[in-house]
Amino acid sequence: MEQTNLQLNKPDSQTNEWDARLHHATRATREDWVGRGISYLCIGAIILVVASMLWFITSKGIATFTQNHVSVLKFLTGTNWAPDTGHIGAAPMIVGSFAVTFAAAIVATPFAIGTAIFMTEISPNRGRKLLQPVIELLVGIPSVVYGFIGLAVVVPFMRHLVGGSGFGIISATFVLFVMVLPTITSMTVDSLRAVPRYYKEASLALGATRWQTISRVILRSATSGILTAVIFGMARAFGEALAVQMVIGNAAVMPKNLISAASTLTSQLTSGIGDTIDGTLPNNALWSLALILLLMSLFFNALVRFIAKRGQLKHER
Amino acid sequence: MNNGSKLAMGIAAISLLLVGCGKATSSTSSKSSSSSQALSGKVTAVGSTALQPLAAKAGTNFTTKNSKVTLTVQGGGSGTGLSQVQAGAVSIGDSDIFAEEKDGIKADKLTDHKVAVVGMAPVVNKDTGVKNLKMAQLKQIFTGKITNWKEVGGKDQKIVIVNRAQGSGTRATFENAVLKGATAVKSQEQDSNGAVQKIVSSTPGAISYLAFSYFTNKLQAVSINNITPTDNNVENNKWKIWSYEHMYTKGKPDAATAAFLTYMNSKTVQDSLVKDMGYISIHDMKVAKDAKGVVTQN
Repeated sequence: MEQTNLQLNKPDSQTNEWDARLHHATRATREDWVGRGISYLCIGAIILVVASMLWFITSKGIATFTQNHVSVLKFLTGTNWAPDTGHIGAAPMIVGSFAVTFAAAIVATPFAIGTAIFMTEISPNRGRKLLQPVIELLVGIPSVVYGFIGLAVVVPFMRHLVGGSGFGIISATFVLFVMVLPTITSMTVDSLRAVPRYYKEASLALGATRWQTISRVILRSATSGILTAVIFGMARAFGEALAVQMVIGNAAVMPKNLISAASTLTSQLTSGIGDTIDGTLPNNALWSLALILLLMSLFFNALVRFIAKRGQLKHER
Repeated sequence: MNNGSKLAMGIAAISLLLVGCGKATSSTSSKSSSSSQALSGKVTAVGSTALQPLAAKAGTNFTTKNSKVTLTVQGGGSGTGLSQVQAGAVSIGDSDIFAEEKDGIKADKLTDHKVAVVGMAPVVNKDTGVKNLKMAQLKQIFTGKITNWKEVGGKDQKIVIVNRAQGSGTRATFENAVLKGATAVKSQEQDSNGAVQKIVSSTPGAISYLAFSYFTNKLQAVSINNITPTDNNVENNKWKIWSYEHMYTKGKPDAATAAFLTYMNSKTVQDSLVKDMGYISIHDMKVAKDAKGVVTQN
C-alpha cells in the first residue's frame, strides 16, 4: 500500500501537470477564441446593419401604399410626378433609369470587350503596363468629377452636335459609359484570363487562326463571365446619382427622345429629399423610389448568381 | 504581433473612420477661445441653403464673442430644417418659407424669427435679347404657353425652362408671386442656386430664377413691368418676388439659442453682415408679409 502510494505519488504530480495542460486553454486557443469572437461580432454587426437597412427602406417605401393609399400599379405606371399636389406616377423615372442603364451598357460593352481582348490575348505586356493603370485610374475618379466634366464638356458638345439644351439621356449615357467602362473591362479581363490555356492550345493546334480562336473559343467559353461583368456595370449605372443628376436635366417627364431632359430614380431622390417633410406623401414617395432602387439591385445580384451557376454547369459538361 | 490584436486594431481603425464620417456631416462647426461670461451650450441650425452662408458667418462671429458656445450650421434644405426642428432634433430650423406653407409641419408649435429678406428675380441667358417682361408673359412662359423668345420681343429661339426642385423654398416663393396657383409646365429641375446660375449662363435660350446675390454679369436679370430687381424695390414691395429667411425654434429656446437669435437681429448683423452677403436687412423693410402672402405697410 505504501509502495503503491509512493509509486502513484510521482505520476500523480505529473498527471496534475498534464491535467492542467490538457484541460486549460493554451494561449493559442485563447487567441483563437478572441479572434473568433471578434469576427462573429463583426459579422453580426454587418448582418444587423444590412437587415435594419432593408427593413427601414422597405417599411418607409411601402408607406406610400399603406398610409397614403396610392395604388402600386398607379405608382409604377403613372406618368405625372408632382408629389406636392398628390400625383406620384414614377414611370418617367423608372423609364429614365432603365434607358440610361441599358444605353450605357450597350455602348460600353464592345469597348470593354475589345480592350480586354487586347490586354489578355493580343498584347498582354503593353496591356498590363499601359491599360491597367488607365483603367484603375478611371475607377478612382469620384463621380462628382465625372458629373462636372459632363456638365462642362459633354452637355455643350451634345448641344452643338444634336441641338436642344444638351441635357438628356444621351449626355447621361456618355458620362455613364466612361464610368462603367472600367468595371466591365476589368471583370471581362478576369474572365478571359480564367479560360483554360489548353482550350486555346487545342484550338491553335487544330489550325484555327488567332481571330478564330478568340471569337469562337475564348469569348464563347468566357460568355458567362462577360455577362456578369456587364450586369455589374449596369448595376453601377443604375445606382449612380450625382453624375447623372448633373447632366440629365431632371425633368420628371416621360423621355420622348434621347436629347430632351429626363430624370432617373436617383436624380429625383437626391434633388427632392431636402425639401420634403418626414411622414408626408412627397417624402414617402421618395422612399418608394428608394425601394425600387433596392429591389433592382437585389435583382441584379440574383441575376449575377444565376448566370454564374449556369456558367459553371457548362464548364462541367 | 498575433492575429487577434491585428483584428482588434482593424476594428479600432474602422470605428475611428466611422467617427470621422459622423463628424464630417457638420459643415461648419466653430469654437474659439476668448474670455466672456457664463453663456454656454450647443446650438445647431439646420436647413435652408439660401440662409446657410449668412447663418454660418454670423455663427462664427457669435462664437468668437461667446467662446463657450458651440454653434453648428448645416444645409439640407428648408424641408429638412422645418422637420428637424419640429422633431426637436435641432435648436434652429432654417427655412425660406413660412412653416404654414409646408404640409406636415405644425406651424403653431414653432416660433418664427425672421432674420433677413431675399429678393429673387427671373434670369435669362444673355443672347435671348430679353431684358424686361410683363408679369403675364412670365407666367405664360413658366406655364408653357409661350415657347419661343420671339413672342416676347427676343430672338427666334426656343425657351428652355430651368426650374428648381419641387418643394424648394425659392420655387415656392417664385410660384406664389408669379404663377399664383397655376401649375408650372414640366421642365428641367435643378436643386441649387449654384447649378441654376451655371446652367442658365451656359445654355442658349434658358430662363430660371435666382436670389439677387447669385446674379453675375454672365446672366441677364429680367425686369418685370419695367421694375428693376433691386433691394430698394423689394423694401417697398414694388418688386413682388421676395421672401423672408426664417429661423424657427420649438418651445422656449435655451439661453444660447436665444442669445444667437438676438444677435442675428442686432444692428451689427443686420446693417453690415446681412448687406455684405447680398441679403436685405429686415430693419429696412417698409412692408411686412404674412404666411398667406398678404402685404401690409409697416
